[in-house]
Amino acid sequence: MSSLLWLIAISLCLGSGALALFLWALRSGQYEDLEGSASRILFDDD
Amino acid sequence: MGFLSPEVPAAAACLHCGLPSHGARFCCHGCEGAYDVINGMGLGGYYLRRLLDPAARALKPEPEARTDLARNIVTTVDGTHTLMLAVDGLQCAACVWLIESILAREADVQTGRVNMTTRRLRLAWRGDMARADHFCQIVERLGYRLVPFDPACLTENTDKAGRALMRALAVAAFAAGNVMLISLGTWFGLTQNMGPATRDLMHWFSALIALPAIAYSGMVFFRSAASALRHGRTNMDVPISIGVILVTCMSLWQTSIGGVHTYFDSAVTLLFFLLIGRVLDQRARGQARNTAEQLLLLRAADVSVLQQDGSVRRMPQSAVAAGDLALVGMGERVGVDGVLESRHASLDTSLVTGESLPESVTHGVKIFAGTINLGAAIQLRVAATGDSTLLAECVRLIEAAEQTRGKFVILTDRVARFYAPAVHLCALSTFIVWWALLHRGVSDSLMAAAAVLIITCPCALALAVPAVQVIATSRLFRAGILLKSPTALERLALVDTAVFDKTGTLTEPSLVLAGHAPAPALRVAAAMAAHSRHPLCRALVHASGGGRMEAGVIEHPGQGLEKDGIRLGSRVFCGLELGEAAGPELCLVQPGETPVIFTFAESLRHDAASTMDVLQKRGLHVEIASGDQLPSVQRVAAALKIADFHGRLSPVQKSNRIEALRAAGHHVLMVGDGLNDGPCLAAADVSAAPASAADISQTVADVVFQGDGLAPVAAVLRMARLASGAMRQNLALSIGYNAVMLPLAACGYVTPWLAALAMSSSSIAVMLNSLRLQRVKL
Repeated sequence: MSSLLWLIAISLCLGSGALALFLWALRSGQYEDLEGSASRILFDDD
Repeated sequence: MGFLSPEVPAAAACLHCGLPSHGARFCCHGCEGAYDVINGMGLGGYYLRRLLDPAARALKPEPEARTDLARNIVTTVDGTHTLMLAVDGLQCAACVWLIESILAREADVQTGRVNMTTRRLRLAWRGDMARADHFCQIVERLGYRLVPFDPACLTENTDKAGRALMRALAVAAFAAGNVMLISLGTWFGLTQNMGPATRDLMHWFSALIALPAIAYSGMVFFRSAASALRHGRTNMDVPISIGVILVTCMSLWQTSIGGVHTYFDSAVTLLFFLLIGRVLDQRARGQARNTAEQLLLLRAADVSVLQQDGSVRRMPQSAVAAGDLALVGMGERVGVDGVLESRHASLDTSLVTGESLPESVTHGVKIFAGTINLGAAIQLRVAATGDSTLLAECVRLIEAAEQTRGKFVILTDRVARFYAPAVHLCALSTFIVWWALLHRGVSDSLMAAAAVLIITCPCALALAVPAVQVIATSRLFRAGILLKSPTALERLALVDTAVFDKTGTLTEPSLVLAGHAPAPALRVAAAMAAHSRHPLCRALVHASGGGRMEAGVIEHPGQGLEKDGIRLGSRVFCGLELGEAAGPELCLVQPGETPVIFTFAESLRHDAASTMDVLQKRGLHVEIASGDQLPSVQRVAAALKIADFHGRLSPVQKSNRIEALRAAGHHVLMVGDGLNDGPCLAAADVSAAPASAADISQTVADVVFQGDGLAPVAAVLRMARLASGAMRQNLALSIGYNAVMLPLAACGYVTPWLAALAMSSSSIAVMLNSLRLQRVKL
């Protein structure tokens, strides 16, 4: 029974972690240029 | 390197811009220079990895008067200057790489980043503010065109709304996933003797997750519903909000008394599904609006104002004061209304009055913004800004027309009008029947009523229309058709009459070479004409298929071009004694050869005839309303087999014609491009404008189409009808689903898991039906 409590708590923590990450990504403007970001990984770094 | 298929230049294509170069390596010196710069910096890989986009502007450097950048530079306290620029000529991702690499070589540039989606460059640097000119120059030298803009006047608000929606969606997604997980546990637990204590604990967990999420994500709907109710109206958000709130309260109450069933999962999943629809809708329309803005931005012209000390300053239209002396170069668009100070001017007024032939005006005549100066550079005294300008007059007419248009009530809102009272009545009667007639106790009766509310919660119904709109809007976007208004599709589907403007809409926006011209002469003339930005020279170059550029050509502003005794220009300039010209023309004299006269005329858009044919075959009534002279309107009408045409109409008369058609019960689509079309675009049920249209017409129009054909008009009407059909099917589907499930819910057979299953499956059915539009051939 207590394992259930733990599992729910853990899943909620992981879930809210992911939510926080997404909100951070949104705030820092990573969704502003989806087209550009898709091509950018192919650029050479120089 | 070589991640994109390497481009193999055709033998006769310019190595830099890819335009035909007639055997030479480059088509002009500008391209040669750009090629050398790129290779010299070791960025030659650009040519291997790029893919030229035929729809984008060719990458040909064109010297242009530098606009005043200073007013758009924002300087922060720490001394960083920021400038936003719209970029014209982006071909593919390699261009982004090229621009960013070349800017990164400048030591003082902190950020030089191109947003490929919005096609905007953000430039930040420290130190000298005037360096902006240098940065722009190095990018423009490669063939791109940069236009500075003030980010504050653009899409800032929609960006914010979009982000708020995304946040709401993220929270709803998180809650929906977790609550559903816990709910699944309880549902299976119910069949396997889960103890009541465990079940209650699960319900409390669900409530813990669901309540804050509903409070946060639901705000989108609650706000809209509240504002609709405050104005005495109703929309789809009203039944959604009432349903979600009541179900949540019910579930909370059930949880507190240790009940068997709660519906937290349904409430959150509902919000999650609906928010997906909202976000997609917002995206699709944001993209279309963005592109429309970009189009206008790239055309925004500065005005050259002659200063007291004799110098010329370029400033935005808004900064020009009445009484200033403005200079308009040859081939330039007049930016402000004014009175001609020069002795004589030849103007292309097609965008303002619809007149197709150039107009000659003399000193003291009023000239309107939007006309193009075909002759020598002219000076004009800026007229009183404000109510007396033609633009202000048009704006006034547009406002009046928009008021009479009235508010169009979208399909879902019309459905919501009877839907909301109906479902709430059903829920109430279920409760009364259970409680008063069947004597089942308050708790059971309330649960039955809640089940009715859940089942009828308009998930599929609220997705029915937006899903179709998103898919239709993005499908049209890919075809170069920008839907600016959210209700445009529904209004387009009703159209039974199409009214077209003539000049610039049915005909090409610029003049083309008319009649037969001897090929050798045309080649010589085009090579010279490539030096000038004059509209007639452009037409000549276009007719010869973008020829080579002759070196050493001298331009005599307002008269013509000269090189080694060869002259291209007006009759007087070429020394021909032939009397007055009948229309727009250019003469070519070469030593020892007979002079050649090139005449120009307006020509129909290449697919005008076929498009009119398609429209009339579909049963639409087509007519022409033009400001041009009757004979030329008649000619066009005859060529296009249009029986109904009107010429010499003033903006007010055009607008009246539309009103008359509407009063007769027709649903009118107006397609026009000129300033004089603005009021009737606003007066029509729905309106479309080509991307070459006057700024105000593009702003007013519901639909803006790119490209040089009229086929998009037929395509958008077809898509609108298909979309409207799909919307109706979706509505029928979701109302049918409600009709089947509602009796079951009222009898108490619907448990939470069945509710979740039914709700998801109906939403998915609606989405799948909408996706069919994706495959439509336009």
